[in-house]
Amino acid sequence: MSAVMLIAASLASNTPARAADVAEFTLDNGMQVVVVPDHRAPVVTHMVWYRVGSADEQAGKSGIAHFLEHLMFKGTEKHPVGEFSQVVGKLGGQENAFTSQDYTAYFQRVAKEHLGRVMEFEADRMTGLVLTDEVVLPERDVVLEERRMRTDNDPAAQLSEASQAAMFVNHPYGHPIIGWEDEIRDLNREDALAFYKRFYTPNNAILVVAGDVEPDEVKKLADATYGKVERRAETAPRERPQEPTPRAERRLVLADPRVGQPSLSRAYLVPSYRMDKPDSVALDVLAQVLGGGSTGRLYRTLVVDKGLAANAGAWYQSTALDATRFGVSVSPRPAVTMEALETALDEAIGTLAKDGPDAGELERAKTRLVAEAIYAQDNQATLARIYGAALTTGSTAEDVKIWPDMVKQVTAEQVRDVARRYLVPARAVTSELRQVAPQPTNPQPASQPEKRS
Amino acid sequence: MSVAATGAAGRLPPRMGGRSPGLFLKTRLPTILALVLAVMTIALAPVTPAQSQTTRIQRVVSPGGIEAWLVHDTTLPLVAMEVAFIGGAAQDPADKPGIASLMASLLDEGAGDLDARTFQDRMAEKAIELRFDASRDMVSGSLRTLSENTAPAFELMRLAVTAPRFDDEAVERIRQGQLAGLRRRMNDPSTLASLGWSATAFPNHPYGRPVAGTLESVPTISRADLAGFATRTLARDNLKIAVVGDIDAAALGPALDQMFGALPAKAQLTPVPDVVPQGLGTTVVKELDVPQTSVIFGGIGLMRDDPDFIPAFVLNHMLGGSAFSSRLFKEVREKRGLAYSVYSHLAPLDHAALILGGTATKNDRTAESIELIRAEYLKLLTDGPSAEELEDAKSYLIGSFALRFDSSAKVASQLLQIQIDNLGIDYIDRRNALVAAVTLDDIRRVAARLREDPALLFSLVGKPTGITPTAIPGAQGG
Repeated sequence: MSAVMLIAASLASNTPARAADVAEFTLDNGMQVVVVPDHRAPVVTHMVWYRVGSADEQAGKSGIAHFLEHLMFKGTEKHPVGEFSQVVGKLGGQENAFTSQDYTAYFQRVAKEHLGRVMEFEADRMTGLVLTDEVVLPERDVVLEERRMRTDNDPAAQLSEASQAAMFVNHPYGHPIIGWEDEIRDLNREDALAFYKRFYTPNNAILVVAGDVEPDEVKKLADATYGKVERRAETAPRERPQEPTPRAERRLVLADPRVGQPSLSRAYLVPSYRMDKPDSVALDVLAQVLGGGSTGRLYRTLVVDKGLAANAGAWYQSTALDATRFGVSVSPRPAVTMEALETALDEAIGTLAKDGPDAGELERAKTRLVAEAIYAQDNQATLARIYGAALTTGSTAEDVKIWPDMVKQVTAEQVRDVARRYLVPARAVTSELRQVAPQPTNPQPASQPEKRS
Repeated sequence: MSVAATGAAGRLPPRMGGRSPGLFLKTRLPTILALVLAVMTIALAPVTPAQSQTTRIQRVVSPGGIEAWLVHDTTLPLVAMEVAFIGGAAQDPADKPGIASLMASLLDEGAGDLDARTFQDRMAEKAIELRFDASRDMVSGSLRTLSENTAPAFELMRLAVTAPRFDDEAVERIRQGQLAGLRRRMNDPSTLASLGWSATAFPNHPYGRPVAGTLESVPTISRADLAGFATRTLARDNLKIAVVGDIDAAALGPALDQMFGALPAKAQLTPVPDVVPQGLGTTVVKELDVPQTSVIFGGIGLMRDDPDFIPAFVLNHMLGGSAFSSRLFKEVREKRGLAYSVYSHLAPLDHAALILGGTATKNDRTAESIELIRAEYLKLLTDGPSAEELEDAKSYLIGSFALRFDSSAKVASQLLQIQIDNLGIDYIDRRNALVAAVTLDDIRRVAARLREDPALLFSLVGKPTGITPTAIPGAQGG
């Protein structure tokens, strides 16, 4: 999965012919537009991205960005609740939305002739949202169920949430996108509308259209729809409290009777692509060298050669406005202690930081990353996401285009150097998911067989 | 919908299978999730774009008689290939579930003269993506390569399916990975709900056993089990192939013989009996200390080759197939806020016709949720939809079919599924007319058939209150 994450997290693109096709322009009201033509099928992916995410929430209101994303489906003055979705459905379209730390995005995928129609609706809800408690309160329960499903039902997810909170001691990346449970419970209609009025305005939004359409056509439709929406707020620079230089290694343990397979994961504080392009691209290569599937250094060392781990991987979240995370994770085989596995993990990382990757590893990593940029072009929705995520995290379309060339230029020394500087204990949060024997409420062994998998 | 790498929360869940398996390669889907995923593919199959698709699909028959469906498209410098060997985990012996799954994971871990390390290096050096997976009724393979590397990619495919080595080192290593995956999911509520449903519905039938095996069975699987399974189930007569991308028919024909020509002509499959789900009308509960109860439900559906399959597919869309306007979405989620995720789909396996669904809802409202689901299903079967509701559903299903064909990988998957379902190479052009022709009478007819036995089996995992289990989960307990 690290490959998938890399592709989503980093950026794609170019065989030269197609990169040249990407068009960018700005509407009079400040809304940015990116068009990615792909004429292989008569469909388009239409997305509107807002430069606002969970890291832009005020203290005490965690989860409001995501809650508002849900509420954006509750209708406007012009189009009452359900109408937009009903129309998209009748047109044979698919729709959804998602929220991250740095952005919130809404999309529809439709036959190309319906592009103008969904643009009208999406432009309307940029400023026309109407909310009543009748729709807000059940939706808050839906979000609480979403939180239970994603996090509260799963000890590994709870540990991951705690790890993020431990990593970011000053930056709002420390709170979960979905919000802390107690704060979600207190969110209300007024909170949602205040957040909406502050951040949902054309000058804070990016339109991304990928698929069977030409830039001229998108320009015409955008002028007639989004172009008519008035700015209603000025956007302030996105300056969040930054992380201080970390000084102390942090360790977390979560022990739970539900844990069947122990694991150890570690995240390091590292720069994002926006903050430091050369370092970031070297970290992309490092993640691939360490965690690139069955040929990655961690898998080869810990799983194949030493037989200590059942699994091992690495990942890097390059797409972020501010300082971000590089992670490694391992699961021990049954007879192996976590201490022994962690020692071997430290050795593997230490060796790489000392000697760098060998020529074969470096070449494989770069080949894979560049190929993934080409594979990404096979999917218009993937491309739209890559551009939207880049532009809402302080990068440009040009940055997306040059990424494969930057990968090709990464040297073994650069990879060694970023490993040496960033994969150090003081920058790390190490999280251990541990098994504990269940507390028998009923000491009779009769219930035991059910615990088996 | 899938989620940004930051773990963004979405308005709607991914329909099935939940999140990505994590950071690990070689993770396996939980058993019934594998079933459910396979099934989604089937449910999505009957769809496609406007006119010209059929004319673009070529039936390529190799000099040696191996058939593949090809869409030649040179827009991008890549080739996607999807293959399926009919058989799958249903061929696992009763006492050793997990063989198909473990075998599939080992096909790219050493073959011919190449040991596992060398095989993996060959893939990585050219960024060739090749992987195999087992599901209930098939073992499927997926290949993606840059077109400049088709020669080495096809050679790796040849080796993987005709000469897998199953070296001791690789078997033990992949076994450990599979066991770790099973332990990771052993208390996962949604996995357990799925396993509990299958075990209860299909006692003493292959469909009741976990595709990924169990913590007891996987350690007992021997090299001979794996090699024997490969010999018996990887053959030419149960093989389906779809190819999309930068390769033409003249090049593909001989390549098919090169890749698959050395396979045995005939697979030796153990007959799998057709089966009707048991335990309908009952509720099984597995207690787990979690705040939210995971629910899987299901009953009798229609086989894929049933003449009424398309009307049933449309009916299910109105029940729980539509993302934002299904009856279950409106009643369970939108009006009452009982769940984030609630859905249903037709699940036509090769030997069982099912309608399946699921939700997850907090413990003290689980009883209310499952009562609503039961009531909505009965109401739709009894009263039928309104004319407008039917038109909306058809309009969506017809309009959205082009969305299944906007990438090489998706087109290849569709072409493969259409072959597996034996729908004919012109199906893509016929499919929308089939949906358009569905009338209220058709829906009433299929509803009447489903109403003959509309009882649902519910499998719950959590600490639901106000529920009296009518049975305990199947003996395998997940």
